[in-house]
Amino acid sequence: MAVTAQVLRSEWTKTKSVRSTVWTLGTGVVVTVALGALISALAKNDYENLSPKDRFAFDPTFISFAGMGLGQLALIVFGVLVVANEYSTGMIRTSLAAVPQRGVFLFCKIAIATALALVVGMITSFLTFFVGQAMLGDRGADLGDPGVLRAVVGGGLYMALITMFSMGVAAMLRSPMLSLGVLMPFFFLISSILANVSATKKVGEYLPDKAGQKVMQVVLVDDDAPYGPWGGFAIMVLWVAASLVGGYVVLKKRDA
Amino acid sequence: MIELEGLTKRYGDKLAVDHLTCTVRPGIVTGFLGPNGAGKSTTMRMMLDLDNPTSGTVRIDGRHYRELHDPLRTVGALLDAKAIHGGRSAYNHLLCLAQSNGIPPARVREVLDTVGLTSVARKRAKGFSLGMGQRLGIAAALLGDPRILMFDEPVNGLDPEGIHWIRTLMKGLAAQGRTVFVSSHLMSEMALTAEHLIVIGQGRLLADTSMADFIARNSRSFVRMRSPEQERLRDVLSGAGIAAAPGPDGGLDVTGEDAAHLGELAARHGITLHELSPQRASLEEAFMRLTAESVEYHARAGDGAEPPAGAPDTPDAGRPAWGTDWRGDRRGKES
Ligand SMILES: Nc1ncnc2c1ncn2[C@@H]1O[C@H](COP(=O)(O)OP(=O)(O)OP(=O)(O)O)[C@@H](O)[C@H]1O
Ligand SMILES: [Mg+2]
Repeated sequence: MAVTAQVLRSEWTKTKSVRSTVWTLGTGVVVTVALGALISALAKNDYENLSPKDRFAFDPTFISFAGMGLGQLALIVFGVLVVANEYSTGMIRTSLAAVPQRGVFLFCKIAIATALALVVGMITSFLTFFVGQAMLGDRGADLGDPGVLRAVVGGGLYMALITMFSMGVAAMLRSPMLSLGVLMPFFFLISSILANVSATKKVGEYLPDKAGQKVMQVVLVDDDAPYGPWGGFAIMVLWVAASLVGGYVVLKKRDA
Repeated sequence: MIELEGLTKRYGDKLAVDHLTCTVRPGIVTGFLGPNGAGKSTTMRMMLDLDNPTSGTVRIDGRHYRELHDPLRTVGALLDAKAIHGGRSAYNHLLCLAQSNGIPPARVREVLDTVGLTSVARKRAKGFSLGMGQRLGIAAALLGDPRILMFDEPVNGLDPEGIHWIRTLMKGLAAQGRTVFVSSHLMSEMALTAEHLIVIGQGRLLADTSMADFIARNSRSFVRMRSPEQERLRDVLSGAGIAAAPGPDGGLDVTGEDAAHLGELAARHGITLHELSPQRASLEEAFMRLTAESVEYHARAGDGAEPPAGAPDTPDAGRPAWGTDWRGDRRGKES
């Protein structure tokens, strides 16, 4: 246990002593909040033109999270860099010589980065919610409305999970460029394409981001997803667990 | 003390380290010598549990590296000075290493001072020169005040002052009773630093001997003589019972005789000399002979202590010559 505490402290120093931490996380907050505010403002203006059916499905909470699809990419970059920069710089050998218990090393690294992503994610989620609702004005939701608090807290958790997922992938691929080359198109393109083509919609619903984002939805009319908010969240947790196990196995087995 | 036993590493078809058994003792600098691609870095990575041996073991003071409690307090290593996150300052780089092994932050300032980087401690390592990077790597190795130190080609690319500094540092560490293990491919450098020598070639142990022994056995000295009356000189020498071998450029090489004595002998017979010079075969040559012949020698004998006299200069036909194999090695190399 003493070792774990030492390594946690060490990983905290590592994380906060590189600039990429500030700019990735900072970009995540700014992009999510700014884009959420913009889309909320547009949605308010558009409300008058909606059909009664669409008005019924109007989900002001989820609308305020519209920036997260883009903002999450910054957290993916953060997660990838925390792990894969150890490999690209060669630091991994110095790190593992200092902490030869590879499981402890990886666990502490992921724990620190996740804790940070969780804090930043929560701040982002609440901020984007309040800013978005301010933009929506009288069409907005209240934190006390049923399901809203769950959605906002879920948004923060989602950000932390997406970071963990990226770290697992980076630990498997061991290269920042390769990891980003896989994750960016996956979350930005492939996932949306799969979800919007009817033939692949069913598959798309089980991808980590689509499943995980369900937790941020409050108004669930016309919803044909085979899971609820926490069900979707659980699917994402399984994805994260799989990527972390994969990353651990690769780190354990391969030469550094 | 570091003990290697039957240490072997195979990358695909390539045997990088081949049943290496040897011991690195405390209190002296042990030089780990071998040409490029001999397996020095691979061996050191296995010592630190970074690469898994295909077979064999490494024991550090009787224990496996993984079993060491706060390993930086037992073993300090500089494998590759460039292997650090360039965006981190020197201080933070050392601080995170120190924290992982429960070493107090005050020690970070101490080692920064030892290597002379205090004034740039807050600068990002990205901008460091080769020499500064090397010093930072050495600071990291010294951090835990370890009993065992390992340096992989620490003087590579350093200027004479830097080389001298590292040489003095290593000797000082050994004098304090520590185990100092340092790799190089320069025999001349090792001759100045190391007391003991472990030589490998193509992953195999070629020599495990004290430096003094190696020098005594390998630094052949002779006198080169040249004269316009070469034939008469040869006759005079053989008349005096002195064997002379033809030298490379028409001279005569005489082993085991004093230059003054040879000069007087020539004078007595009125022979004009154009050259009379004591020569010493360099250790570098001896090292190259040793590693060049490694393949064939190993196939004949077994203990690999020293090449037999008169071994032919070229490896046997079935094996690639040293030079060609070297190129083959480099192709498969990562960095
Ligand atoms: N990760 C790897 N994968 C495949 N082959 C490798 C790997 N690392 C080393 N080798 C091979 O193992 C052999 C030994 O390499 P190593 O780097 O240990 O040699 P070295 O003695 O340190 O050489 P140098 O003096 O050039 O540093 C080389 O032939 C090299 O190509
Ligand atoms: Mg090497």
